[in-house]
Amino acid sequence: MSNPLVDMQKPDVIFCIGTNMTECHPVAATGLKKAVARGAKLIVADPRRIGLAEMSHLYLPLRVGSDTALLLGMAHVIAREGLIDDEFIENRTTGFDGFFEHISQWTPEWAETITGVPAKDIETAAMWYGSASKGAIYYTLGITEHICGVENVQSLCNLALMTGNIGREGTGINPMRGQNNIQGAGDSGALPNNYPGFQSVTDPAHQMKFKAEYGREIDLEKGITKVTALELCGDSIHAMLIDGENTLLSDPDREHCEHALRALEHLVVIDIFLTETAELADVVLPATAWGETDGVCTNTERRVQRMRAAVTPPGEAKSDWWIICQIAQRLGFDGFDFDTPKPIFNELCRISPIYAGLDWERIENSEYQWPVPHKEHPGTPRLHEETFVNGRGIFSNVHYRDPAETISENFPVWLTTGRRLQSYHTRTQTGRAQGIDYLLPEESLEVNPADIERWNLSDGEWCKMSSARGSINIKVKATNRSPRGTVFASFSFADVPVNLLTGSGYDPITHTAELKVCPVRLEPL
Amino acid sequence: MTHKIEIDGVEATFSEGETILEVAQRQEKEIPTLCYDPRLEPFGGCRLCIVELEGARNPVASCTTKATPGMVIRTATQAIEAYRKTLLEMVVSENREVDIPPLRGYASGELADLRDKYAVNGTRIAGTTSGTSKDDENPFILRDYELCISCYRCVRVCAEQEGDHAINVMNRGFHTQITTEFDGLLKDSACTFCGQCIQTCPTGALADKKALRAVDEVADTVPDKTRTICPYCGVGCSVDILTKDDKIVGIHPAMDGPANQGALCVKGQFAYDFVQHSDRLKTPLIRADDGELHETTWEDALDKAAEGFRKVNAEHGRHSIYGIASGRAPSEAAYLMQKFIRVGFGTNYIDNCSRA
Repeated sequence: MSNPLVDMQKPDVIFCIGTNMTECHPVAATGLKKAVARGAKLIVADPRRIGLAEMSHLYLPLRVGSDTALLLGMAHVIAREGLIDDEFIENRTTGFDGFFEHISQWTPEWAETITGVPAKDIETAAMWYGSASKGAIYYTLGITEHICGVENVQSLCNLALMTGNIGREGTGINPMRGQNNIQGAGDSGALPNNYPGFQSVTDPAHQMKFKAEYGREIDLEKGITKVTALELCGDSIHAMLIDGENTLLSDPDREHCEHALRALEHLVVIDIFLTETAELADVVLPATAWGETDGVCTNTERRVQRMRAAVTPPGEAKSDWWIICQIAQRLGFDGFDFDTPKPIFNELCRISPIYAGLDWERIENSEYQWPVPHKEHPGTPRLHEETFVNGRGIFSNVHYRDPAETISENFPVWLTTGRRLQSYHTRTQTGRAQGIDYLLPEESLEVNPADIERWNLSDGEWCKMSSARGSINIKVKATNRSPRGTVFASFSFADVPVNLLTGSGYDPITHTAELKVCPVRLEPL
Repeated sequence: MTHKIEIDGVEATFSEGETILEVAQRQEKEIPTLCYDPRLEPFGGCRLCIVELEGARNPVASCTTKATPGMVIRTATQAIEAYRKTLLEMVVSENREVDIPPLRGYASGELADLRDKYAVNGTRIAGTTSGTSKDDENPFILRDYELCISCYRCVRVCAEQEGDHAINVMNRGFHTQITTEFDGLLKDSACTFCGQCIQTCPTGALADKKALRAVDEVADTVPDKTRTICPYCGVGCSVDILTKDDKIVGIHPAMDGPANQGALCVKGQFAYDFVQHSDRLKTPLIRADDGELHETTWEDALDKAAEGFRKVNAEHGRHSIYGIASGRAPSEAAYLMQKFIRVGFGTNYIDNCSRA
């Protein structure tokens, strides 16, 4: 997030797109609810009539995968109506003239033909956001899990840059991260393109630094992403070390994924349960869980926080860091002789400019949001206040692209996937928490009542749902949360493996899967 | 005009909009409250926080009265304290019991603490119990309204903090009753089971059923607390893990958590017991010649893990090995995962689970 969570109560116009925040980030959503109660206007763009949509002043029910078109239409209106922030554009950005010309063709009427959202509502949304003194954008995977995830994010940046809604309290572009330390995993350098602290692996200065730090030559080019690695399993990838991810259930196209992992000569999985993924491993190493492990995590607002052990781990379970050190030591790798997590974190801080002012003791009270470039620095709750990291904010002349697969005679229904309030990911945790079943015992497919009739289905009965990759059986639930022609299911339940169906395509830059769009066919069982 | 008031003979400064209670608390005055939760709008229901305000005919509720320049306040005169004691006697008399297990909720001991502080013995005013407990089958929230004192903290936290408006009040006066729409089960209301009502309740009328189930035999003992961060989404809510004899028995939201300021959701509040679930992996496993996973020693498993990487590296080269770090494990794990790949094999063949 560019802005801190406390800023969520402060905007006068809030634009939420592709975020089911009341279910996926419920505590963050309380901030938005307070802003709305205080009088802020809420615009919600989502294919489904989610909880936020019910609270909104303007709901834009766009067709799945059409976000770029909606956002181009909004940019068009903002420019047309003269709601741009000339001073900000002049002082802080580059490329506006070309962008101004680019968006002149993308009228709200055109956007209506792509998104299905009435042009007048697109205009209203643009007018509200463009006129806001503090306009804030919030998004989640509904923006990024598309083949055009990068364009979607760039489109949001365009809106913020042209209106100057960034670098100030109550504004910003704010992605909500989905896992307790997914930000920290990236911060720590577990990325094929970045060393720790987002230092690019292709930058010669960083290459020299890490060569010296790690005492060896490291490839000068980026590594491959997980998605590519899974595609190459058995081909050129022959061994994997997976720490705490149930890849098989969480990733798209489960059959492909299972085939890939089975093709490995050597698979080592570190986890707290024998997950579907761990069951395929050659070696399974039992890790300590949350509540048993001392360590550091970073939240969605870049706040670096301590996690602390409260109980003894079961049996012989060991901390992830210990396990990795042990394997590394057996292979003769240098730099893995750690006895506690503290010096590991301190090493990360020492070599990461964004963490340079931090160490294990300093984060005791969760006070710091990175970047914290030196010990005297108070941290950075709000990014981009004076300047952008790259100097100027860059306008992107994006174009709308269709999803990887679009509905057809054979697969006439859009399936979109996501999470639910009461379950989390592949339910390795919530599925083992007493009481959760009372609230959510099973998965069901949310279908508009009119579609139930149209496809000869019955509310509460099972149906067969098929995509180009496979079929699953799933119980039907009638609800107006789903618009006609679009259905929704979560990927949480192993007995309803929705990710057998997904995986039609990937964003070419981020390799994020298009989990939000999958044409399917529904048939009664 | 300077923003100053006098509290118990001492001058205190305040900022525009602050209440007398807030200023007094900053002066470390111990003013009793029951309906007050600093996260919520002042309510003025319990009247325990009354103070003497010079020039006012009656005592004023310090939680709802804004400080204005020149006020002269006395927080604990004999009359005020006597008044508070009588109020407490009445409140206590309406409840079935006051001493409740500490695991009912974060604030559940507030009434008992005040009763002790004011030496209320409950005999002077004996009367009927108010409130009717609700038999609600849900596994999380006990609705024991015979302990309810109608402070409305649950109603207000649900509306103001959560924005859910799942619970409200029916009837008036002695018959006041907290309820849901159509007086049904929480499951059939707008309740999301975030547990905030439990944690703000000052009497234990609303209680954590799960925690109570966990500690039946040690119900009266106070649990240990460990401050940490919730294991679910990326908001990073601060929580205190409650433990007893090395067992996790519950979760309290951290009221000073920078990301959540005391708020939690159903997962953070109640979905903690996966940690000590019997399904946990307790020993390393290796796949044997029979194709099955078998328990083994750490030495054996680590040797086999290392040997496999050595062999693949030797046969297929360093670009045949890939690492996937976790978005759930601490940063030390992710850092060492990338270090393992970069130091060990000199590649950037490392990723984390953020792409799906």
